[in-house]
Amino acid sequence: TATIKYKSVGKSSLVHLLCQNQVLGNPSWTVGCSVDVRIHDYKEGTPEEKTYYIELWDVGGSVGSASSVKSTRAVFYNSVNGIILVHDLTNKKSSQNLCRWSLEALNRDVAPTGVLVTNGDYDREQFADNQIPLLVIGTKLDQIPETKRNEVLTRTAFLAEDFNAEEINLDCTNPRYLAAGSSNAVKLSRFFDKVIEKRYLSRDGNQIPGFSDRKRFGGGTLKSLHYD
Amino acid sequence: MVPGPQRCPPKGLSHLCEESETGGGPQISLHTPQILPCHRARAALRLTSQQNPPSCLEVLFFGFGWLFFMRKLFKDYEVRQYVVQVVFSVTFAFSCTMFELIIFEILGVLNSSSRYFHWKLNLCVILLVLVFMVPFYIGYFIVSNIRLLHRQRLLFACVVWLTFMYFFWKLGDPFPILSPKHGILSIEQLISRVGVIGVTLMALLSGFGAVNCPYTYMSYFLRNVTDADILALERRLLQTIDMIISKKKRMAMAHRTMFQRGEVHNKPTGFWGMIKSVTTSASGSENLSLIQQEVDALEELSRQLFLETADLHATKERIEYSKTFQGKYFNFLGYFFSIYCVWKIFMATINIVFDRVGKTDPVTRGIEITVNYLGIQFDVKFWSQHISFILVGIIIVTSIRGLLITLTKFFYAISSSKSSNVIVLLLAQIMGMYFVSSVLLIRMSMPPEYRTIITEVLGELQFNFYHRWFDVIFLVSALSSILFLYLAHKQAPEKHMAL
Repeated sequence: TATIKYKSVGKSSLVHLLCQNQVLGNPSWTVGCSVDVRIHDYKEGTPEEKTYYIELWDVGGSVGSASSVKSTRAVFYNSVNGIILVHDLTNKKSSQNLCRWSLEALNRDVAPTGVLVTNGDYDREQFADNQIPLLVIGTKLDQIPETKRNEVLTRTAFLAEDFNAEEINLDCTNPRYLAAGSSNAVKLSRFFDKVIEKRYLSRDGNQIPGFSDRKRFGGGTLKSLHYD
Repeated sequence: MVPGPQRCPPKGLSHLCEESETGGGPQISLHTPQILPCHRARAALRLTSQQNPPSCLEVLFFGFGWLFFMRKLFKDYEVRQYVVQVVFSVTFAFSCTMFELIIFEILGVLNSSSRYFHWKLNLCVILLVLVFMVPFYIGYFIVSNIRLLHRQRLLFACVVWLTFMYFFWKLGDPFPILSPKHGILSIEQLISRVGVIGVTLMALLSGFGAVNCPYTYMSYFLRNVTDADILALERRLLQTIDMIISKKKRMAMAHRTMFQRGEVHNKPTGFWGMIKSVTTSASGSENLSLIQQEVDALEELSRQLFLETADLHATKERIEYSKTFQGKYFNFLGYFFSIYCVWKIFMATINIVFDRVGKTDPVTRGIEITVNYLGIQFDVKFWSQHISFILVGIIIVTSIRGLLITLTKFFYAISSSKSSNVIVLLLAQIMGMYFVSSVLLIRMSMPPEYRTIITEVLGELQFNFYHRWFDVIFLVSALSSILFLYLAHKQAPEKHMAL
C-alpha cells in the first residue's frame, strides 16, 4: 500500500496550495477553523480587471460530530459567499457525506438535528435554487492507480453534476495541477469570479464604482468544507 | 434445570440415557431398529446441537464482531485490509465464547468433560491469537506505514514481534504469579502474564469509570451556562479570526509586491549581498516574520476559543437534558452510583490494609444471610444456581458493553485513515486481554461448585494475587481520577471569569 502522507482529506494542504502556491510541509489536525487569504484577479486579462482578497475558511471536524460541535461550527457559516466541498478520492465514504456537509452549511438556520439527511437521495431542488456557487474538489488523485482512475472520475463527475457545481480533481502535494493556464486553474478562477460577482455585483444590480487601479481591494468570504 | 448429568431425551429414546452416563458425549445407538427413523433423526439433531452449541454460538459471535467492526468502528473509513476485520472478529468471538462457557457451567449444559475440553481448546486458541497473531499483525502494519522499511516488511515485523515477546516474558519477573514447578512453555506462563496486563487494564478502566459515572450523571456538577456566555465567546472567536484575516491580507499583499519586484529570489550572497540585505530588504522580511509570529499566536488562541465554545454548547445541552424525565432518572442513578463508588473504594482499602481475601462469593453470602438472619428458608441449591446465573450474566454483559463503548470512543478520538488498522488491532489485543482476565476475576463471584472448572482449566495460578493487584490498581486509578476531575472542575469556572 502506498504511504499516505496526509491525514484525512487534505483540505488544509489544499487551502495552503490555493493561497501560498506552495505545498504544505507539515499538515496536522485542524481544530475549529483555520483561515487563509488568497489574492485573486477578478476577470484577469480584461480591462475590468480588479484585485480582490478571497478569504478561505477551512472548517474542520466530521459530519458525524456531536451536536455541540455542530452548533459551534454553525457560527462560521454566516455570510458565506461560496462553498468548496472537498472529498478524498481514495475514500468513497467521504464523497457520500458531501451532501450532508452542504446541507449543514446551506441550512444553517435550521438546527442540525432538523436537517433531513438521506444518503444519496437528496433533494435536487435544494441545489437548483441555491444561489451560492459550489465547487467540488477531489484530493489525493495521485494515490488512485491508473486502472481505477476512469471509474473514480466518472463517479465524481456525477457527484458534481448533482450539486450543480464544477469539479476539480488534484493532488495537493503537486502544484502543477493548478499551474497557470491548465483547465483546473481556469475552473478555479471562474469559480472565484462567480463568488465575487455574487458578493458585490449581482445582488443589488449596481456595480461598485470601478477603479482600474489594481490596488483596490474587496473581500469575499468563501468557506471550504470537507469530510474527514 | 437440574445441574449435573445430561438431561435425558424423551421417553421413546430413554435407553440412550444409559449410554450417555458412561462418559464422553451422548451417542446415538444404532442397534435399536425398533425406533422410528424420524425419532432417530430428531434425536440426532438434538444431540449434535447439544454436543456443539459452542461452535454454533461462536459463529454467531464472529458475525456480531464483524458487524460491530463495520458499522461502528470503521464507519468512516474504507476497509482495505480485510485481515484486520477478520482478526478483530476472531478475537471477539473467542473471548465471548469463554463467557458462554461460564454460563454453560452454571446452567449445566453439556457434559462436564466435554465442557472441560471446550474450555481448554478455547483457551489455547485465544492465547495463540493474543500472543502470536495479533502482535505480529500490529508489527506488520506499523512497519508497512514506515516508508523506509517497506521492502523488508516481513523481516521487520518478525523483529518487532520478537521484541514484544521479550518484554512480555520479562513482565512475569516482578510478580509472584507462578509456582516454580511449571515448565517454560506451558499455558500457565502465558495466561499469568496476560492476566497481569488484563487485570491492570480492568482496574484502571473500572476505577476511572466508577468515579466518572456519578460525575457525568449528577447535575450537581453541571456548571451554569447562559446563552449570553455562549454569544460572548462566539463573538470573541470571530473577532480573533478577523484579526488573523487582516494580518494574513497584509502578508499576502507583501508577498505579492515582493514577488512582483523580483525580490523573492534574491538571496543575499557574498560580502556585498550581506551588506545589501542589511540595509534594504531586511525590513520587508523581518516585518513578515513578525507578523507570522503574531498570526501563529492568534491561531492558537482561536483554537482554544473554539474548544471552549464547543464545551459550553455541550454543557448547555446537558443542562437541558437534565430537565427532562430521562435526565432526572440519570441524576438519581448518579447518586446511587456515587454511594456504590465510595463503598468500593472503601472495600478496596480494607482489603489492602488488612490483607484480606474474600473467601465466599456474594451469592452464597447473600443466601446465608437471608437464611440465617432473616429466617427465610428456601432451596439453596436451586436458587444459588439461578441467582449466580443472573449475577454473572449481568456482570458479563455490562463489562462487554462498557468495553466496546469505551473502545469505540477511544478509536474515534485518536484514529486517522493512516493509523486506523494499527489502532484497531491494538484495541483487539486490549479487548482479548480484558476478557481473559475478567474470566480470571469472575471466578470470585461464583459459588464454589462452579468455580472448580475455571481453577482446573487455568491451572494453579495465584488467584489471590490477581485480586489484590486489582484492588491496588483500582484504588490508585479511582483516587487519581477524583483528583483529576476535581482539578478540571475547579479550573473551568476560572476560565469563564477571565472573559
